[in-house]
Amino acid sequence: MDKKSKGERKDAAAEREPGFATLSVHAGAQPDPTTGARATPIYQTTSFVFDDVEHAASLFGLQTFGNIYSRIGNPTCNVLEERVAALEGGTAGLAVASGHAAQVIVFHVLMRPGEEFIAANRLYGGSINQFNHAFKSFDWQVKWADSDDVSSFERALGPKTKAIFIESIANPGGIVTDIEAVARVAQKANLPLIVDNTLATPYLCKPFDHGADIVVHSATKFLGGHGNSIGGVIVDGGKFPFAGDQRYPMVSAGRPEYHGIVMAETFGDFGFAMACRMLSLRDLGPALSPFNAFLILTGIETLPLRMQKHCDNALAVAKFLKGHEQVAWVSYAGLPSDRYQKLARKYCPKGAGAVLTFGLKGGFDAGVELISNVKLFSHLANIGDTRSLILHPASTTHRQLTDEQKKSAGAAPEVVRLSVGIEDVEDLIADLDQSLSA
Amino acid sequence: MSHHRYDDAHIRGILNSVKNVAVVGASAAEHRPSHFVVKYLAARGYNVFPINPGHGGKDIAGIKSYARLADVPVPLDMVDVFRSPEQMPAVLDEVLALPHRPKVFWMQLGLRHDASAARAEAAGMIVVMNRCPKIEYGRLSREINWAGVNTRTLSAKKPKRLAGGVQRLALGGKDK
Repeated sequence: MDKKSKGERKDAAAEREPGFATLSVHAGAQPDPTTGARATPIYQTTSFVFDDVEHAASLFGLQTFGNIYSRIGNPTCNVLEERVAALEGGTAGLAVASGHAAQVIVFHVLMRPGEEFIAANRLYGGSINQFNHAFKSFDWQVKWADSDDVSSFERALGPKTKAIFIESIANPGGIVTDIEAVARVAQKANLPLIVDNTLATPYLCKPFDHGADIVVHSATKFLGGHGNSIGGVIVDGGKFPFAGDQRYPMVSAGRPEYHGIVMAETFGDFGFAMACRMLSLRDLGPALSPFNAFLILTGIETLPLRMQKHCDNALAVAKFLKGHEQVAWVSYAGLPSDRYQKLARKYCPKGAGAVLTFGLKGGFDAGVELISNVKLFSHLANIGDTRSLILHPASTTHRQLTDEQKKSAGAAPEVVRLSVGIEDVEDLIADLDQSLSA
Repeated sequence: MSHHRYDDAHIRGILNSVKNVAVVGASAAEHRPSHFVVKYLAARGYNVFPINPGHGGKDIAGIKSYARLADVPVPLDMVDVFRSPEQMPAVLDEVLALPHRPKVFWMQLGLRHDASAARAEAAGMIVVMNRCPKIEYGRLSREINWAGVNTRTLSAKKPKRLAGGVQRLALGGKDK
C-alpha cells in the first residue's frame, strides 16, 4: 500500500459519512480565515472588494468562485446554503428571502409563459394563493391534482407540463404525501419533481431519497425554528437530466445574460442551482439578509434535538385531544388510527411532525372559544416555532380560498391547527385541558 | 480502479502533486468551460498550457497556447482533456508519445472513455474521468461554498489563503 501523507490520512478519516447531527452543526461552516471566528460571522455588507481588475472580470464572468454583491451571494448565506444542501443530500443550495421567494425562483427557472405545472391540492394556503393568482400574471398555469390519488397527477399531464409540486408533510397538517408514487409519475413523464419539505425538515424526511429532484423550504419554520426570521432555501438534487433538454433553456441553453454560458454544461450537477442564483435571484432580487441567515443557521444547529421534541410533544397532544370528549376528530399522521399512519411510517419514521389539526364538536364557535382561553399557545399565523402556536385556518391562512378549496386543503370552518412547541408537554396538555373545559 | 467515485484524498493528492497542466481543447471563447479551467487553475498557481490546434499559438486567457501536446516545452504532470469521447484514443496516443509521460490523464466532467482509461492505467498513469479539476479544487479548498455548493467536506480548521488575493484559498492537506 502506498505510504500516505499526513493530509491524505486526515482525508481518509474524514471520508466516513457524517451523521445528521454532525452535519447540522458543521456543514458549510469553517473558522473564518482572517480572524479565526468559530461561529459563522454575519457578513453584513452589500459588496466585496476585488483583488484586482482581472479578478473582478473573472467573478462577473462566473470563471471563478467568490463574492461580488450580497444580492447574488453572501458568505453567511453561503454557509446556510451548503448546510441545508448537506442535510438534504443535494448538490447545492440557494438561500432566498422567503419560502415564497424560493418557489418564484424555482418556477422562474423552469417555466416560460403559457406553460403548466401540476401541484397537489393539499398545500400551505399561501402556496395555493401564489399558484392560483400571482403566477397567473406570469402565465404559469397550475393544474391541481389530488394528493391522495396518484392517478390524478397522471391525468393532469399535458404537452405543456414542466414540473410537479408537492409537500412531503402537507400544511395545515396531518397529511403525508406518497412521494415515491408521485416521483414515478414525474420520472415517466421526464419532469422534475419539486418537494416542499418545510413541515418535515430533512431530519424527518429526505425527499431526494424518494425520487425528488428539487427541494424547497420555508426556513422560517422548523429550520430556523425560533420564530424570528423569514427565509427560504432551494436545494438542487443534482440528478434531473437538464443537460441538452431544450424544454428548460435557463439551464440547458446558452444564456445571453452571460455571453452564452450553458449552466448544465459548465456546472454539471449543480447547474440548476446556479441558474437559480445567476439568472433568477440576480435579476428578480429576493436575496436573504445575512443576519437572517445567521439566525436560521444557529437554529439548524439544534434541529435534530428540537424536531424530535416537537414530534414527541405533538404525538402526546394528539393523543390527549383524541381522547377528549369535546373533540370530534384529530388529524395527525403519528396517531396509530390515522389514515396517513402507513405513509408516515415510510416517509418520516422518526415522527409525523409538529403540526396537527382537530375539529371541535362545538364547531366554529367552540374553536373561537378555545383560542381565546389558551394561555401558553400563541394565536398567530406561523408554524415551526419553539413556542406552541394555535390558529383557525379558515379565517386566516386559508381565508382567501373557496369553501371547496378550504375543505380539500384540510381547513374547513371547524378546524383548529396547532404547531406544537418544545415546552414541557404536561404544561401544553394542561393549557388545552383548562381551555376546553372553561 | 473503479471510476464511479473517487475518494477526496485521491483527488486532493493529485491536485497537490501536479504543477504543469495541459488543457487539451482549451477554447479562446470566454464563456466556454475549458476557458474557465485554464484561467482558474492558472490563478491557483498551476502552470497551465492551453492546447488548441486552430488558435495559432496565440494567448488563451492571457496564457500562451500550443497547437499540439508535443509542442509544450516542459514535462507535463497532468493532461486535462476537453474532447468528445470518440477522440479520446487519439488524444491518448499523443500523450503516450510524449518523451516524459505525464502522471495524470484527466477526462473532463461529462466524459467517460473506459477503454482509454484502461490503456492509460496500463501505461502507469492515474486516470480521472467525468470530473472537472476546477470544481474539484473549488470543492476541496471549499471556495465553491461561495456558490452554495455542497462540498461534502467538514473541517474545524481555518482555511489557508493563497498569496496574492483575498478570495483565493489553498487546497489544504499538504504536509509542510
